[in-house]
Amino acid sequence: MPAPPPSSAGPVSVALLDHRRDGADAPLLEVHDLHVEYLSPRGPVRAVDGVSFTIRPGEVLGLAGESGSGKSTIAHAILRTLHPPAVITGGEVRFRGQDLLAMSDEELEQFRWRDVSMVFQSAMNALNPVMTVGDQIIDTILAHQEMPRQRARARAVELFEIVGIDPGRLNAYPFQLSGGMRQRAVIAIALALDPPMMIMDEPTTALDVVVQRDIMQQIEDLKTRLGFSILFITHDLSLLVEFSDRIAIMYAGEIVEFAPAREIFDNPLHPYTRGLMSSFPALTGEKVRLTGIPGAPPDMVAPPTGCRFHPRCSQVKPMHRQVVPRLREVTPGHFVACHLYPEMG
Amino acid sequence: MVTIPLSQTQPPTVPMGGSGAPPVLDVRGLTKRFPVGGMFNSKQVHALEDVSFTVDRGETMALVGESGSGKSTAARVIARLIAPSAGEIRLDGVDVLKSERQPSLAYRRRVQMIFQDPFGSLNPVHTIGHHLARPLEIHKKARGRREVRERVAELLTTVGLTPPDEVAAKYPHQLSGGQRQRVAIARALAVDPDVLLADEPISMLDVSIRMGVLNLMDRLKEERGIASLYITHDIASARYIGDRTTVMYAGRMVEGAPSTTLLDEPAHPYTRLLVSAVPNPRAGLAKRAIQVRGEVPSLLDPPPGCPFAPRCPHAMPICREMMPGIEMVGPRHWVRCHLYGPGGTTIGSPAGPATAGLATAGPAA
Repeated sequence: MPAPPPSSAGPVSVALLDHRRDGADAPLLEVHDLHVEYLSPRGPVRAVDGVSFTIRPGEVLGLAGESGSGKSTIAHAILRTLHPPAVITGGEVRFRGQDLLAMSDEELEQFRWRDVSMVFQSAMNALNPVMTVGDQIIDTILAHQEMPRQRARARAVELFEIVGIDPGRLNAYPFQLSGGMRQRAVIAIALALDPPMMIMDEPTTALDVVVQRDIMQQIEDLKTRLGFSILFITHDLSLLVEFSDRIAIMYAGEIVEFAPAREIFDNPLHPYTRGLMSSFPALTGEKVRLTGIPGAPPDMVAPPTGCRFHPRCSQVKPMHRQVVPRLREVTPGHFVACHLYPEMG
Repeated sequence: MVTIPLSQTQPPTVPMGGSGAPPVLDVRGLTKRFPVGGMFNSKQVHALEDVSFTVDRGETMALVGESGSGKSTAARVIARLIAPSAGEIRLDGVDVLKSERQPSLAYRRRVQMIFQDPFGSLNPVHTIGHHLARPLEIHKKARGRREVRERVAELLTTVGLTPPDEVAAKYPHQLSGGQRQRVAIARALAVDPDVLLADEPISMLDVSIRMGVLNLMDRLKEERGIASLYITHDIASARYIGDRTTVMYAGRMVEGAPSTTLLDEPAHPYTRLLVSAVPNPRAGLAKRAIQVRGEVPSLLDPPPGCPFAPRCPHAMPICREMMPGIEMVGPRHWVRCHLYGPGGTTIGSPAGPATAGLATAGPAA
């Protein structure tokens, strides 16, 4: 089969991003050429535009981007929790080879929480205020597994111990817990059915930095012990670099760079990634002036032509305004969608 | 090591000012307690306790703390949006709480505030031009429509919103978050303030545009000699823009120093905890375990002593009994911690668990 022309704007083959389907390294989750649109009065907004990635068992995949980049939309698309006006308009999402987009509502109910659970930024405020946190965990367990209530309660005690809350607090109502403890309770619920994968969307953004560090350490410990995978979504690139194995950088609905975490940090290639890196002041060393990125993220009803980053890019050339750059592998394992870099090999 | 004796009733004057000129803003012993509860079980939230600092002309002071540390209360009290329970606010040496019972129009002009939420701080039914013209008219900074229009254009250009006439005709919803925050800054500048209080001005903005707003504030400080108070939970941005940084915990100031010194040589155990908790890929990906747990204590009728004692890995009996005084641990670097006091065991280079990764963390005495 002839290779596609290098300037083609077609979706990148997922095979590039991950491949070995056999054995223990077979991907747990495969997202291929996903498209999600929001129907707005001003026309469709292509919130996610041809995104592909895979997550291996036990892997933490970091998804970074600013508001409107489509990162949270991806999370909802995977869980099929998008509601109109958001519509999945194309692509595939497979979990252990099973097509999620073809699942019935009943199948989805079993899939959520049992196979993939979720922790949102605002989840700590989504707890039912008139129900004790213990009852909320027990209900989650009983909704998915048949067992005596007593056993579900024992499991809830265990879960609270795992996430570092005194099990005596199971009888507490959400308002009696601090923000950090509520978020731990939400993580306990997410762990309740021992799922092989968790989606965490800004799980600690609303929390103070000390509590954030404590919870992230706990998640890291649990991951090592229980072996689940995480799709970790945040705008905080420094946190992401510390906790992810690989990182995908999103801009205006597309993945613009994809590489191992350390590589993204040491050797960012895309001008957007570089700009993000120079948006976080250092804690130590010489004080240097940081520039951030000029301009603002684009209006997604009418995104820029060619490379969507071109209006904010300092290295833009006329061709970049016309031709959409394809995500290509420039060094082994390091993919970037930018005209400045030639394809590897 | 210099020890400055400190009594609870006599707020200290912290010797921090740099030049010989009197500081523009000089806050002494500022305290704010909010009463809660009923007649028989009334209690008080100690939101702000004995806070003192100065800010010089052309200087940015960063006030860092977590939620509940009192940093926003401090800004609101200084802006005189709420009245303090005790303390003094001196503007160019004049105690304004004594000289004017209600904040005067002049005070409102001289002390301007920028809020966290650029979506809530602009009126959706008015144009950007209107937002900037109003303060010019009220404070008589420009007369006549033409002069007002020219000043508005000038302000918009100053904050990097161009072309100014086009921006002036827009409504807030037509601007991005970063642009709105620039409008808020322009509005504050309209009246030539002496003091700018910025309460988490970048925390609601997209990451890529935050530095632009901080750089703008920094430039205005230099060009106009404004004294800025930058309030944040983000110690890295405090270091970036703040000439000095003061750390607050549970309503109290616990440490202050030139910003780079504070991060390179944090003395207070809480500051060390804060610094070690910040994601810092530059420090290497080796996982830095932090040992201090627990959360900020309740501010309802707090017990005597250091508010950090219940979480502190170095706590001594005295820490639960009395609030430590101010100790100098280096040039313009002070700390309120018994470890550095006359009775405290000098921890030298405390290689405790909380200091892991902070090799240079000893007191610079």
